[in-house]
Amino acid sequence: MSLVLHLPALQVVLPLISAPLAVLLRHGGVAFAVVTAAAWAAFACAIGLWLQVGQAEGGVISYHIGSWPPPWGIEYRVDRLASFVLLLVSGMAALVLPYSRASIEREIPRELHYLYYAMFGLCLTGLLGITITGDAFNIFVFLEISSLSTYVLIALGRDRRALAAAYRYLIMGSIGATFIVIGIGFLYLMTGTLNLVDMAERLRTIESSRPVLAALAFITVGVSLKLALFPLHQWLPNAYTYAPSAATAFLAATATKVSVYVLIRFWFSVFGESLVFHKLPLPQILLLLSLAAMFAASFTAIFQDNLKRLFAYSSVGQMGYITLGMSFDSVNGLDAAILHLFNHGITKAAIFLLIGGLVLGLAKPGAVLPTPTFDRLAGLAKRMPFTCFGIVLAGLSLIGVPGTAGFISKWYLILAAMEAGKFWIVGAILLSSLLAVVYVWRFVEVAYFKPAPEGSVRQEAPLSMLIPAWLLVIGTIWFGLDTSFTVGTATEAALQLVRVGK
Amino acid sequence: MLEHFSHIVTVFLLVAGLFIVIARGNLIKKLVGLSILQTSVYLLYIAPGKLLGGTAPILAPQLSVYSNPLPHVLILTAIVVGVATLALGLALAVRIREAYDTIEEDEILALDHAADAREGS
Amino acid sequence: MTALQLAFVIPLLGAVGIVLAGRSPNLRESITLATAVLLFGTVLQLLEPVLAGARPELVLFEILPGLNIAFKVEPLGMLFGLIASGLWIVNSVYSIGYMRGNDEKNQTRFYVCFALSLASALAIAFAGNLLTLFLFYEVLTLMTYPLVTHAGTDKARAGGRTYLAILMGTSILFLLPAVIYVWHVAGTTDFTAGGILPAGMDSGLVSVLLALFMFGIGKAALMPFHRWLPAAMVAPTPVSALLHAVAVVKAGVFSVVKVVVYVFGLDQLTGATDWLIAISGFTIVAASIVALHADNLKRRLAYSTVSQLSYIVLAAALIAPLSIVGAALHIATHAFAKITLFFTAGAIYTAAHKTEVSQLDGIGKRMPWTMAAFTIGALSLIGIPPLAGFVSKWFILMSAAEGGHFLAVAVLIVSTLLNAAYFLPIVHAAFFKPLSAEDEHHPHGEAPLPMVLALMTTAIGTIALFFFSAPLLRLVQPLVAS
Repeated sequence: MSLVLHLPALQVVLPLISAPLAVLLRHGGVAFAVVTAAAWAAFACAIGLWLQVGQAEGGVISYHIGSWPPPWGIEYRVDRLASFVLLLVSGMAALVLPYSRASIEREIPRELHYLYYAMFGLCLTGLLGITITGDAFNIFVFLEISSLSTYVLIALGRDRRALAAAYRYLIMGSIGATFIVIGIGFLYLMTGTLNLVDMAERLRTIESSRPVLAALAFITVGVSLKLALFPLHQWLPNAYTYAPSAATAFLAATATKVSVYVLIRFWFSVFGESLVFHKLPLPQILLLLSLAAMFAASFTAIFQDNLKRLFAYSSVGQMGYITLGMSFDSVNGLDAAILHLFNHGITKAAIFLLIGGLVLGLAKPGAVLPTPTFDRLAGLAKRMPFTCFGIVLAGLSLIGVPGTAGFISKWYLILAAMEAGKFWIVGAILLSSLLAVVYVWRFVEVAYFKPAPEGSVRQEAPLSMLIPAWLLVIGTIWFGLDTSFTVGTATEAALQLVRVGK
Repeated sequence: MLEHFSHIVTVFLLVAGLFIVIARGNLIKKLVGLSILQTSVYLLYIAPGKLLGGTAPILAPQLSVYSNPLPHVLILTAIVVGVATLALGLALAVRIREAYDTIEEDEILALDHAADAREGS
Repeated sequence: MTALQLAFVIPLLGAVGIVLAGRSPNLRESITLATAVLLFGTVLQLLEPVLAGARPELVLFEILPGLNIAFKVEPLGMLFGLIASGLWIVNSVYSIGYMRGNDEKNQTRFYVCFALSLASALAIAFAGNLLTLFLFYEVLTLMTYPLVTHAGTDKARAGGRTYLAILMGTSILFLLPAVIYVWHVAGTTDFTAGGILPAGMDSGLVSVLLALFMFGIGKAALMPFHRWLPAAMVAPTPVSALLHAVAVVKAGVFSVVKVVVYVFGLDQLTGATDWLIAISGFTIVAASIVALHADNLKRRLAYSTVSQLSYIVLAAALIAPLSIVGAALHIATHAFAKITLFFTAGAIYTAAHKTEVSQLDGIGKRMPWTMAAFTIGALSLIGIPPLAGFVSKWFILMSAAEGGHFLAVAVLIVSTLLNAAYFLPIVHAAFFKPLSAEDEHHPHGEAPLPMVLALMTTAIGTIALFFFSAPLLRLVQPLVAS
């Protein structure tokens, strides 16, 4: 069937159409239906592409937009890594959207609901576009689409601090995007092409000229801003804390992860290993910043009173593991980065989804939603057993307890460090895991072993919120036990990248 | 020196823009800086696309030297993006003014810290 | 379904049943008991094939390429599995008396976590490779944590924090890298007789790796990582009895023996264990001295456990066939004796509300059965025939003397004296000192019947193990046969 051949285009176009439709229809319920349908369709496309990549020649699907052959036309290019990230992003959207319905009911004024869905659709479009495109400038355009809609999503939060957080993210994000486009400009000037594959080939001949190194530096810094690499993460904690719960979950699972994908794409597929790892001290810098993130951000997380902000800081720390994996320049290291990208994505999304339900459970009927600070959580496990238990399970995955997804990524990360002979890094990884134990256990002690205030009744989050969240919780356990999908895909992707990057 | 003229202007705009974004506390001024920063990008792309004596890319026997049109197209997109960013930034600034009664960053931060402290206790 | 599969399914189903029956205590406790009996029966079915030389296996799934969650029953695991599941029956009877007698809260959570802890302990016993062992080692920690903090008081939470911090901390910091390193150099983590490490590994490296394992297995309570065990004593006594005298701590020393025998292999370790003998020897003596000064009965028992666990580590560190047999036997004999002692401590608390050693004057007259059982347990730990403790101690002592480890011999003799010093005064006070004037006015009898029955059973078991140690020996002999 011919439709199957156009999956790469459909992947992006379907959510893209859904967004203006949602605006035109101006009705929360209809907009919800349209965007959710588009997200599910996108998820179906991603599954289809994932299957197709396995059979494609050379493990790559190349789709020519408008039938213009690359390097003249825009190419959509799906390899193992891209298909993996597409699955993550569209799958998250497919889960978070049904959750949104009940969640934004009390977080966003009803007349703005259709805009929320429109922005969600656009954000999804942007993230999918970044992942699938094989054109450098296209990456920038999609990046801006996703970023602008993200700023709006954050600003929809009901606290006024959401506005300030969105504004700060807008400034930082725009600087990052501008840096990326400057880097792409240098590359274009030096190679005369925007197609990533073509660019990579032409770069081999002029590798170490100064503009290319400048391009590498600009792109790395720009993307690092977007992926919240320590110390460029200041925009993240407040943005995650004050955005609507559903938006937080979606962004935590996808936005920073797609940025990691962009960095991997540029480093391994465009610049190539020898340039990135041998000409500039980039890996060393990345290594140190990752370690700083793992310790400083996790340490800060311990002292947060707001549960949402606690896990936001934890995200910064966990991004450190991903970038640490990249800095090793080995298949196992890259494997660890890709695995953790996925595993941490589902884990953190589960936690933020559950916190969204938790906030609803804390609220008194009709009153303003409270902030999930620790003093309000005492004895919560009695009132919301499923929510709390879910957070504990996902928290175990953050720690890296065996049997959870987080353990698998940590295993590969440590293996990579051992391979590199850097045993002190092994120690650092393990020590920083202990910090995660501390902040997760703060929650456990308060929720389970502190007496609940008098007169509290059992009040679980609505099922439409619990089910998506618990699917993800089950996912974190499932991918900790049966790893054939995650490890298989990540290893294949890492091998493909390294083979091309040589 | 003169042959790098456009580059010098580009770098100047870039640094100036970045400086304003970082050093100024007023939300509107920050957006001005951001726009200047983005303008430097437009120049970075377009200037090298122009050939002295080149014309628009029209297929005609008497014209043999023409400028690369692609950067123009790219920058058209980038300008749109820049305008959208500016618009959204201004809209946020307006909402912030309504919510906080100020558009000075340090005052907003002070209000936020006060709110955080209230919640923490 | 094979017996091995059933051994995991039964406690899980039991846990589900307990949750469902949460509202009706009688039904819930019946389910607990039935689960325990069924489980023991199932584990018992495995005994005969294992004795006959078979090694039942079960591969659940591949967790990482080339690395399975797999189980394989070998003699040592069989022994541990039998003890844990067998004593669970007795302990369940005891728990019912204790939990009701003391009106504890959250009893459903208690029984569920108990069943799951037992399942994890069995999974550790039957683990076929290091990764599986590590997985369930962590699960066991997590499952027992709610039992430790059961009371929910500040003291319980603080105890739980210490418990978790040390067990989680050591396992993540030391055990995990050790497991990954083994995988890194050996390409496998399957337990194989004779060890899996490549021959000719640098002896310094072997020592470091051994240290990672020994300190990483925090459940073996080697000093300086022993503090969690006294901290865990805030838990209800049945937890201290089965989990912190048998299942959890034995999972620790069991892992130690398993790693020594099946990962390193006795040959690989020659000359690399002198430091371990010293540290375990130190732990034995130091913990005994602390026990001597502890007035709280459960605390004294806890430090006695720390000391006794190091007997097993010491035996493993002697790396002689005879000492490994001694280590395996001591897992069994100490389990029976120590659970008896904890049972009596719980019985005293329930009947007389006493927790301190100094309050026990004359209590033997009011609780003769309980204190008789206490005496049997204590004598077994000291190592006096005809009690089980003598057998295992004899093996360890013989092997130490044979190997010329005079430090070890000295430690064993000194600790025997110390054991006597901290146990016999209690026996003496209970039976031969008069009741204090205040106690005269607070009459009480024995603890509830289920508790007395339970502690008598294990006390008799302690005697029986001495006379019927031959089957045990036959079971563990293949450990060192090759």
